[in-house]
This record gives sequence, structure tokens and C-alpha cells, in this order.
Amino acid sequence: MDISTQTTDAPPPSPEPTLSGQARGARGATRPGDRVFLGLSRGSGILLLVIMAAIAVFLTYRASLAISRDHGNFLTTFEWNTNLNPPVFGIAVLAFGTIVSSVVAMAIAVPISVAIALFITHYAPRRLAGPVAYVIDLLAAVPSIVYGLWGALVLVPHMTGLYGWLDRYLGWTGVFDWEGGAPRSMLTVGILLAIMILPIITNVSREVFRQVPQMHEEAALALGATRWEVIRMAVLPFGRSGVISASMLGLGRALGETMAVATVLSPTFDIQASLLNPGGGTFAQNIASKFSEATQDGRDALIASGLVLFVITLLVNGAARAIIARRKEYSGANA
Amino acid sequence: MAKRIDVSGLTAYYGSHKAIEDISMTVEPRSVTAFIGPSGCGKSTFLRTLNRMHEVTSGGRVEGKVLLDDEDLYGAGIDPVSVRREVGMVFQRPNPFPTMSIFDNVAAGLRLNGSYRKSELSDIVEKSLKGANLWNEVKDRLNKPGSGLSGGQQQRLCIARAIAVEPKVLLMDEPCSALDPISTLAIEDLIGELKERFTIVIVTHNMQQAARVSDRTAFFNLAAVGQPGRLIEIDDTERIFSNPSVQATEDYISGRFG
Amino acid sequence: MSTASLADKRAGSLRGASLPKWSPWAIAAGSLVVAVGIGLAAGLDSKVQWGLIAAILFVLGTFGVAARVEGRRQAKDRVATSLVWVAFLLAVVPLVSLIWVTVARGVKVLDVYFLTHSMGVVADSEPGGGIYAAIIGSLEQVGLATLIGAPVGILTAIYLVEYGRGRLAKAVTFFVDVMTGIPSIVAGLFILSLMLIFKMQPFGFAGSLALAILMMPVVVRSTEEMLKLVPNELREASLALGVPKWRTILKVVLPTSIGGITTGVMLAVARIAGETAPVLLLVFGNPFINNNPFEGAQASLPLYIYQQYSQSAGANAAYDRAWAASLTLIAFVMILNMVARGIARWKAPKTGR
Repeated sequence: MDISTQTTDAPPPSPEPTLSGQARGARGATRPGDRVFLGLSRGSGILLLVIMAAIAVFLTYRASLAISRDHGNFLTTFEWNTNLNPPVFGIAVLAFGTIVSSVVAMAIAVPISVAIALFITHYAPRRLAGPVAYVIDLLAAVPSIVYGLWGALVLVPHMTGLYGWLDRYLGWTGVFDWEGGAPRSMLTVGILLAIMILPIITNVSREVFRQVPQMHEEAALALGATRWEVIRMAVLPFGRSGVISASMLGLGRALGETMAVATVLSPTFDIQASLLNPGGGTFAQNIASKFSEATQDGRDALIASGLVLFVITLLVNGAARAIIARRKEYSGANA
Repeated sequence: MAKRIDVSGLTAYYGSHKAIEDISMTVEPRSVTAFIGPSGCGKSTFLRTLNRMHEVTSGGRVEGKVLLDDEDLYGAGIDPVSVRREVGMVFQRPNPFPTMSIFDNVAAGLRLNGSYRKSELSDIVEKSLKGANLWNEVKDRLNKPGSGLSGGQQQRLCIARAIAVEPKVLLMDEPCSALDPISTLAIEDLIGELKERFTIVIVTHNMQQAARVSDRTAFFNLAAVGQPGRLIEIDDTERIFSNPSVQATEDYISGRFG
Repeated sequence: MSTASLADKRAGSLRGASLPKWSPWAIAAGSLVVAVGIGLAAGLDSKVQWGLIAAILFVLGTFGVAARVEGRRQAKDRVATSLVWVAFLLAVVPLVSLIWVTVARGVKVLDVYFLTHSMGVVADSEPGGGIYAAIIGSLEQVGLATLIGAPVGILTAIYLVEYGRGRLAKAVTFFVDVMTGIPSIVAGLFILSLMLIFKMQPFGFAGSLALAILMMPVVVRSTEEMLKLVPNELREASLALGVPKWRTILKVVLPTSIGGITTGVMLAVARIAGETAPVLLLVFGNPFINNNPFEGAQASLPLYIYQQYSQSAGANAAYDRAWAASLTLIAFVMILNMVARGIARWKAPKTGR
């Protein structure tokens, strides 16, 4: 990572210097071998663009078929009856559930991830830092379906105690009201999603914290700052935008996660005010759960909801990348 | 305010590598002491042992005594954080906090110490900036980021930040090596003023600078690459540059090596 | 005046009262004991709650003790330290639990029979059956996806690093980033929409296509990083000898970075091997062995786990199979990860740090 930024920063003759700047030299590749190779590699790049375009086009096409037959309002209807003739369905419940579960996941995962990133870069004894980073990578490697199975069979039974607590002391808020059903609700989903997005947020934040110039930290130390004060004065301000974009990447994951939600949540097609009462649903979970019984219309309706998910994740990820890109320029100018 | 430093038998390591060995010297209060010597001779390392910054580097460890007046910085129960409050430091490259304004940069150390009233804080900030000969240049833009200043101004901002907490000693690690001649001159003048109030230790690569600003000069050298650095001699600056008692010092100063 | 007040506000001595080195451990042990006590007294049966109480007590206790002995600033510093440690432990707990449960429950039915037989007509609630069909399906689907995704990804990366300039390269870079964020179920829906148009039934290769889409951006990113590590001097040296550019890339650039590229591809394979959602939509699952990925529904390992879990109505035999399949899948993914990292370390370019 470092090395690539160094190399891109070193010779700034053109606005976007690439490594092959000099090597490219002769522009028109005349040799047949060169032409074939360039064609193949450029073709692959174009293929990627075509795939992205095709995803947008075909999802939109199927979605438009579905929405034109929808007898409800696609955005506001609290129903998903695609077997009716004409079908009636809307994404309001799914949008709500997707946002709620992701917000819960972010609220838990971001502080913990930042703390773990700080742990690896600033707190852990040297001998521990490497293994911890490795453990985080292992967390990232576990397939989501295994998280789902673990969530449903191990995490859910362990949540009853916590649910009881929250209900007893915070039930009056309404958000933590619990009627005693199985804890297969948005809070458990959020916790599971938090565990799953923790590695990506941790890893990106870790990279950013590692790039904090030594001299800023030393400046704080020399003023007589404690370790925490060094982090407050020098590390966190420097890493803020990086942490934000890391969080957005995590958010993108949480929004689109399918299997872990499908196994843990006990879905209903309505909006629950409480995080503890089972119910609600997310875009991805709804697709996975409803798919096997869906007719042609039903599948198109699911594709329509998938298109919405696609657009949302595009926006979130695009924002994250934009922040990272701006950050790069900023730190490049200062280097 | 200014305090005397008494170093005896100080050895510093990076992991298993011995960087400097058995250094003893006394630094008088209200004076400027310059450390000179070839690259890698451990003068910066030694400087960093004087406010316990050396141990911040991974594997950094120190043996020996550093007395600040009568208190051993490496004694039991000494809090390195309080040591660094007493012994301020200015670094080779100007390093104002990039996200803070000029005002906040100067106030950064004070804010760590506890709560000040706003007027109190701005009094100290003004006084420190004046002390660093920077006030007139920045008084109209105290809320602008410190990174917008020129290199020399940034370095003086860092000096203002360091003296705002009223340390007893001010350590400077090649403070002018990243600056142009005019900014360097401004800093050198400033050092002359600051020694009225602080004990100053400065590491420099520039022998004219050492001759210009310091009262006493210490020459460091190492026997060979990989060997620990040692203090060769310390004496009045005038004597070191005119009539040093060790041949190696004379060779170095007259440019025969290093 | 300001100087005087400054002097008031700080302790004259360098000697701050400080807690002994073992104090965090003592506070941790103390809070653990108290938490267990509270847990037993209040009749909380969940160890998770005990742990949470202990963690909260630890943080509060650290602050209390440190504030009393060392002062507020040191106390804050210690609280930050303890919070960071607690966060680290919080992250380790689920991982340990997950691995522990998967291994403990997975080994119950995981044996040669389980690996070499399929479900066939075994009812979900009955013991017996195995994952042979699922393994075959997964291997074929992932293998085909890799055959498509890896070359496209590597070639795209070569284009971006070796040739890329101008608008096309910028667009590709941007959309590779965007593609990284596509939820796997959306990739599945895309292939599904094609299948709906051509009125096709589920088959293994459809899953491969979706997996290939998920794999490409990952391969592009990692390969790009590796190609950028190849020093420019090597390229120039080769070009200066009159070697054509394409041969320079094939004979100099790729061999130098082949270790890193392999690592990247293997990590991408490990990632798609665990994907369930697109397989669920496109491959559908099949209790019988179907060796042909181009026709008819196939099984797949992650899908098998989901189906054993969701279609069994809580039958223990099915859960056991789900855990055993999870163990197999995790083992496969972890081995791929470790081998990939091993290759990365072994073949790491010796330049730089």
C-alpha cells in the first residue's frame, strides 16, 4: 500500500502518473503480439464495464416489468403478496429493516473496530499486534453462512438474558420493549452484522492510523501528553476521514448481507418499533426467504427490490471511495 | 525557572544495539549547549534521552542517570509524562498539528494541564507567540490552520507551543535543518533570547550555527560504524572552536572528516 | 500573573503517584470475581452477561482507582487503555466461540462416510447422508468461476497498470471499486434476470457466472497492487534490450509478481467458496449427485448448510450435518487462506521493507 503511493507520488509530471509512464513509450503497438495482448487486456477491462452496465440494465428491465404490474405502491405498500393477481408489493418494510439493522450494526461495530485498530497500532505489545491482526483476518475469512448458522444456533439462545435486561431497564423507551418472543429480531441481527463487518472497518482504520506521521505523535508526546492524549491530539484527527470511509465500506457490507440475516431473523412483513420484538425484514433477506416459493411475477418483484439494494450500496460505496480518493490527494499534497 | 542537567554514565540502546555509551556531562541553566558530531554518532539519541523520548521508539532503553536539578529522570516512580512537561522539545521538521489552528496549536499543551479561562489562555498564547517572535506575523489569523504558515514560521510556532507550558529545559533537534537561511537566522536570534529563561540544548549539523548560538559545545563521535557513539569532549564553545583539547575534535571542526 | 496561575495548576514534582504494574490484572481479576458473584446472586444464567458485567466493572474500576491514585488525566488514559483491551477481547470472543462450536459439533458426524455420500432420499430429520454432492457442486462451480474470473481480473489489472491511461482506465478503476461493493445477492439477481429472459432452469454454471462477477474486482485489486510493486527498472531494462512490451510483461513482470498474484487469486477463491446467496438463486440445491454443471440443479456446500438449517424444522440430525458441513467449509477456506499467505511470504518481492 505504502509503496504504491510512494511510487505514484514520486514523479508528478502528468496529473495521473502511472508506473509505466516511461515504459509505454511507443504508443501505437505495431507488433502483432503487442496488439493481441493489448486487445486482450483492454477487452477484459471493457468486459468489466459491460458487466456493470448489464447488471444495471437487466435489473432495471425486470424491475420495470414487476413494478408495472404492481397493484400496490412500490415504495409505500406494507405488503408482499406477489402471488395475487395482480400482485401487490412494496419495499417500505424492507427499507426500514435494512436501515435499522445496519444502523445497529454500525453503532456497535464502528467504536469497537476503531478501538481494535488502535489496539493493534498503538496499544498492543509488539508480540501481540501481529497475531491480533491475523485473528481479525480470520474473522473476515469465515463464510457468512457459517456466521448465520452460529448466529441462529449459538448467539440467539445467548441473547435472551440480555433481552430480559434491556426490557426491564430500558423497556419504557419503546425501542427496547420485549414481548418475550425468541430473540430473532433486529438487535440480534445487528449484533451479528457488527461481528461480520468488524474486520473490514478494523483493517482500513488500522492502515490509516499506521500512516499518522511519527512527528505529529512525537509533538504531542513532547508536550507531555499521555498515550490517550496523543491519540486524541494527533491520531484521531488525522485518521478521521479514513475511519469514516472505512465505516461506509462496512455499511455497504451490512446493507447487502443475506444469509446471516435470513438465518437469524424471524421475519414478518410489518415495521416493529422495538428492536427486540421479532419482525421486519431486509432487502437481501427477503429475496433469499421468498425466492423458492416465488412465481415469475414474484421473482421479478424480488429483482425490483434487489435493484433498490443495488442502488443504495452503490451510493454508499461510491461515497466511501470518494472520501478515500480525496484523502489521498490531501495527504499527497502534504507529503 | 531554568534547571541544571547532570548526566552520568548514560548508555542507550535500540533493542540489542548500543547507540551511545557512558555519557556524562553537565548542562548549566540559562545557557545554550550545542551537540555536534558526524551523522550517526548518537547526538539526537542522547538528546531524546533527556526527556525520555528515546523509550518511545520501539526497543529503546536507557541505563544511567539524568538529574534535573536533583531529581533523577530515570528514578523509580518518575512519570515520563511529567518529565516531558518539564523538558520541552522542538523537532527537526516543523510539526504543528495539521488539524489545529495556530491558536489551538500553541494552547495544545496547556489544555492538557487542565482548565484555563479563555482570557487566561489567550494571554499565554499571545505571550508565547511573542516569545517565539511570531506574534506580529500571525496575530490576525490565529484561527487559521498552522499548516498554512511557511516552514520557518511553522518552526517558530512549534517553539511557541513548546514554551507555552513553561518548561525548565528546551531541547532542539536540528531545528533549522529544514529551513532556509533567513528563517534559520530568525530562529538563531530567538534562541539567543530564549536562553534568558530556559536551559537550551541544541543538536546541529552546522558548525557555524553551533559557534554562533551556543555557550558550550559538546563533540560526539563514534569509533566505527556499528560502534556506540561517545562524548569526546565538552567545553566552552570558544575553546572548542579555537583550541580543542582532543585531536579528533579539531579534525572534525576543520573539516578533515565527518 | 499568568505564570503564577500556571505554576499553581501543576504539581511541582516529576514524581507522579502511579499504580504498580500489576494493577490492571488485579482490577481485571477483581471485577471478574465480582461479576461472577453478581451473576450468581442475581441468577443470571448467561455467561455473556457475566462477561459484560465484568467488562463494565473493569473499566469503571480502572477509572476509580486511577483517578484516586494518579489523577484525572492518568485515569482517562487508563480507561482508554482498558476500553481498547475490552474491545479486543469482545472481538475475540465470537471468533473463539464460532470456531469452538463448529469444531465441537462438526466432528460428531464428520467422517469418511459423510464426505463420500450424498443426501439422496435421507429425510432431513434422520441421521445419515453426507455432503459428497455438495462438495462436487462447490468444486465445479468455484472452479469454473475461477477459470472465468481470474483471467479477466488479471488481464484487467495488467491493462490498468501497464497500459492504462485516459478515460477508459479511469472508468475501469472506478467501476472496479464500485463492483467490489456489489452485494452477492445482487450478482445472483443479475444472472437470474438473464435466466428469466431465456426461460432457463437452475444449473451449476449459472452460479459460476455470478461467483465470477464477485471474484473479478477482488482479483483486479490484488493483482494491481502486486504489479505496482514490480520495479520500473526491470521493465525498462527489458524494453531497452529490444524485447517487445507483451513479452516483457509475460516474461519479466508477471514472473516477478506471480507469487502475489497467486495469493490474491486464492484469497478471492476462498471468498467466493463461502458465498451462498447467488447459489441459492441460481443453482438451487440438489440432494442427488449431479456431475454436470451445465445442466440441472446442483448442490453446493454453503447452500447445503443453509438448507440443512432452514428446511429441517429443528431436527438435531440436520443441525449436526450443518455443523459438519460448516467445519468442512471453514477448513477449506482457512487452508486456502493459510496457503495463500504462505505463498505471499515465500514469494514476497525482496524490495523495500
